[in-house]
Amino acid sequence: MKSAVIVFPGSNCDRDLAVALELITGHRPAMVWHKEPVLPEGTEFIGIPGGFSYGDYLRSGAMAARSPIMRAVKDSAERGVPVIGICNGFQVLTEAGMLPGALMRNAGLSFICRPVPLRVENSQSLFTSQYDSGEEISLPVAHHDGNYQADDATLDRLEGEGRVAFRYLDQCNGSARNIAGILNDAGNVLGLMPHPERVTEPAHGGTDGRRLFEGLLETVNA
Amino acid sequence: MKARVFVTLKAGVLDPQGKAIHHALEGLGFGGVNDVRAGKLIELDLADGTSDSDIEDMCRKLLANTVIENFRIERMENAPQRNPVEA
Repeated sequence: MKSAVIVFPGSNCDRDLAVALELITGHRPAMVWHKEPVLPEGTEFIGIPGGFSYGDYLRSGAMAARSPIMRAVKDSAERGVPVIGICNGFQVLTEAGMLPGALMRNAGLSFICRPVPLRVENSQSLFTSQYDSGEEISLPVAHHDGNYQADDATLDRLEGEGRVAFRYLDQCNGSARNIAGILNDAGNVLGLMPHPERVTEPAHGGTDGRRLFEGLLETVNA
Repeated sequence: MKARVFVTLKAGVLDPQGKAIHHALEGLGFGGVNDVRAGKLIELDLADGTSDSDIEDMCRKLLANTVIENFRIERMENAPQRNPVEA
């Protein structure tokens, strides 16, 4: 699987994501600087990593979402290329209008950095096919702005269409309906606050994130 | 020509920052504060002739996230020059 990781000024999980992708897919991803106008030819998967792009200026993800590369990311997503946005990447995807809603300051105002229990709500997506529906997993979160908000109509639509991919088991950051990760309507764009790339090897203290990338690889190669 | 853009959270959107400011005011002994909402003020120095719709476009495309925020534009071309309050 030919993957690309987008790098913004202030990204800090880009290398973690690249290491996880190389480990699982066997191919080193292309690291694509945000000023690039195009993605490498034949890119089959795009990862938007965590971090603090542009120092979270204006709003988390706001500046990055308007970077030159994001037009190419949007075009690829519209053609069906899978895109994952993790943490700041999720914020970038909402700011870019590729996912609905917004991520606001955590309700408790504190930066949260710890493993959190999650439920896999939809195991049919191309990112979650290796999990069981309703399965409980643990992934680390590390964010200040993870409080997912959208209007009730949007939340109802997300729930009704099975687009809530992951949900916090316990109230974590104030997110509406405890939403931790959502899919776009076509199902090929996933945004989530927890970090699956940080739990892909036993030495990480957990491997619950590994199956996300394995499932993705299987779908892309199918 | 200068313009000010006020970006505020929509009604009903939880504002944890405003709440924290509210608590801090109470902690300082200021009674009678019913609620606090925090927003942003962005000052733009614009070429003469920049239209209202251009500024609105800037707000919709970048300055405000209209999922959660409202914006208000205040043109300052004929506004009397006021000295900022000395801190």
